Amino acid sequence: MIKINRTDLDRFFISISEKMPLFLPVKKAGEVNFGRYEEGTEVSLDVLKTVKSAKDFFFPQSETMMKFKKDGKNLEIVDVREEKEPFVLFGVRACDYASFAILDKVFLQEPVDTFYKSRRDAAVIFTLACGRPEESCFCKVFNIDAADPQGDVTCFLTAESLYLRANTEKGASVLSLYNKGENTDGKEVEEQQKKTREIMERLPFANLDLGKFKEENLKELFASSEWQSLSEACLGCGTCTFVCPTCQCFDIREFKTRQGVVRFRCWDSCMYSDFTQMAGANPRTTQLQRFRQRFMHKLVYFPSQYGGTFSCVGCGRCVTKCPQHLNIVKVIKKLGGNND
Amino acid sequence: MSELENKIIQRAAALLTEGKVKRVVGWRKGEFIHDPSPATFETADSLKEFVYNDYCGANLSKYLVDISKKEGMTAVFLKPCDSYSFNQLIKEHRIKRENVYVIGVECQGKLAQYKLEEKGISGITAEAYDGENVVLDTLYGKETVKKSDALLDRCFSCKGKKHVVADETIVLGEPVDTTVGGRFDKVRELEAMTEEERFSFWQGQLSKCIRCNACRNVCPACSCLKCVFDNPQSGVAAKSNADSFEEQLFHIIRAFHVSGRCTDCGECSRVCPQHIPLHLLNRKFIKDIDALYGEFQAGEADEGKTPLTSYTEGDTEPNQVFNATEEK
Repeated sequence: MIKINRTDLDRFFISISEKMPLFLPVKKAGEVNFGRYEEGTEVSLDVLKTVKSAKDFFFPQSETMMKFKKDGKNLEIVDVREEKEPFVLFGVRACDYASFAILDKVFLQEPVDTFYKSRRDAAVIFTLACGRPEESCFCKVFNIDAADPQGDVTCFLTAESLYLRANTEKGASVLSLYNKGENTDGKEVEEQQKKTREIMERLPFANLDLGKFKEENLKELFASSEWQSLSEACLGCGTCTFVCPTCQCFDIREFKTRQGVVRFRCWDSCMYSDFTQMAGANPRTTQLQRFRQRFMHKLVYFPSQYGGTFSCVGCGRCVTKCPQHLNIVKVIKKLGGNND
Repeated sequence: MSELENKIIQRAAALLTEGKVKRVVGWRKGEFIHDPSPATFETADSLKEFVYNDYCGANLSKYLVDISKKEGMTAVFLKPCDSYSFNQLIKEHRIKRENVYVIGVECQGKLAQYKLEEKGISGITAEAYDGENVVLDTLYGKETVKKSDALLDRCFSCKGKKHVVADETIVLGEPVDTTVGGRFDKVRELEAMTEEERFSFWQGQLSKCIRCNACRNVCPACSCLKCVFDNPQSGVAAKSNADSFEEQLFHIIRAFHVSGRCTDCGECSRVCPQHIPLHLLNRKFIKDIDALYGEFQAGEADEGKTPLTSYTEGDTEPNQVFNATEEK
């Protein structure tokens, strides 16, 4: 494990960003989101959660898939995919890191999503252990250890220093770009981990009971009368889906430009009224149905399709960001038992 | 339970048991003090989940667009600033007034949990009030914050404690003045910037936008059945901002669309997950309308002409609008 003083962090970031693009939590216009490092960037490692998750780096909000050009009677299809250059994604929390495995299940199964895969392959991921979990956090419920996330390199931040542990060869080679780190046994890290794990136990949502969310209860859960009150205040906005690290639905559309037609995809939200609009009809006409879909997908359909894995990592972003304070925790408590 | 909350719940219970109303629209308790949700209550028994506290910032008016069309009377609790939105929706014929019993409730300013986050306070497990302070127990120790430091931005420009529409009111305490500076201070600050500075301010703010549409969906002035941005037939449907032009387009068009109807309720800024001060766009239009057509407050009256929907011979011409803005 190596140790870098906080005062030297800029030099560390510069030494990486000289070789490859470096993305990390950056404070801009008052909010912390992942952004590209440049000298003078206001890096913000102490904020626990970026507003948007880290999924954007593999599954961006909007991306061009292909272009079509017409020349007389010929139609040319332009493949816009290209080899992605390696980049470093730094400061990924344990919950967001766990979300990548969930996204992988969807995008890397046959037929492989090559747009997603090329980015995934190009990334060197530096995770950052949590030192100060918040009341909205419940990653522990999904067996995620916030004190020891994996990735190519694991980082631990204390009041004075950043500690880094390479977990893979890819990670070690990026770490070697900076040669001024000090070797250490990481005693302080162990202390921090112990504290974090103690806090995790005491968090208000630490013991949510997911026992009821099984395929065999699908029909009962679907038909529950509780959805009415759970969903009634829902505005039908996309906040929960867009800040969620595991929401993976997208829409594909085309638009005409002077240079031809561009086909793109962008994030979609099951909360939106046209999400299931088809040529014939729309099977979900009420917000209750849309709301129910989101949580049934995360808690029942996804696990039954993917070997029991829930499509939630307990990051708590929906808990803090829903304009009307509706969220998955309220759903779990109402429908899944009350083990708290 | 506060005395105010108790009175409100008792009144709601009485209205329901006497059969005067079929349902009551208020706020339901959350997992914490700071996360109540708008909710409908149909029985006196269900009111045990009712809450009215300092975090009930949500404006309930827009929910009445749908609920007032249901069978039977609905009682709704409105804070003074919510009552402007309600009135404006009456004026726009979106709420069936005869189906709603409005109870104006006291408001001494509402708190924003994110203001506490900004101060680095997290891990909140309990919350109490000690005079003008909020005292918080957190997993990391005790914290004390002045209530006036944690108010929603809208409360700094409070329109006053009067309910512009109410069939009855429940107001117990003496009004607390939460205003700080003038309503248009920040707008003037932006007007005083150079074009480049102003552009860079808005570019920085709007580039955070994730197009979740929370601002639009919560906005009482945005009551179109189908928004042009959701309509594939419109040619401008957009689910994400592909570039900075689209980021700006959405918010500026929306601000234009609600100008003259926006009551400045501040819900857009309350709900923005990226805390973009969207209300400043609306306030700029309000300020310009005041300057060009005379002072006007949307929602103050439930009928009558409005600056942008009535024509007079002396109306300002488009080029005058431009000049008036330039001169500031």
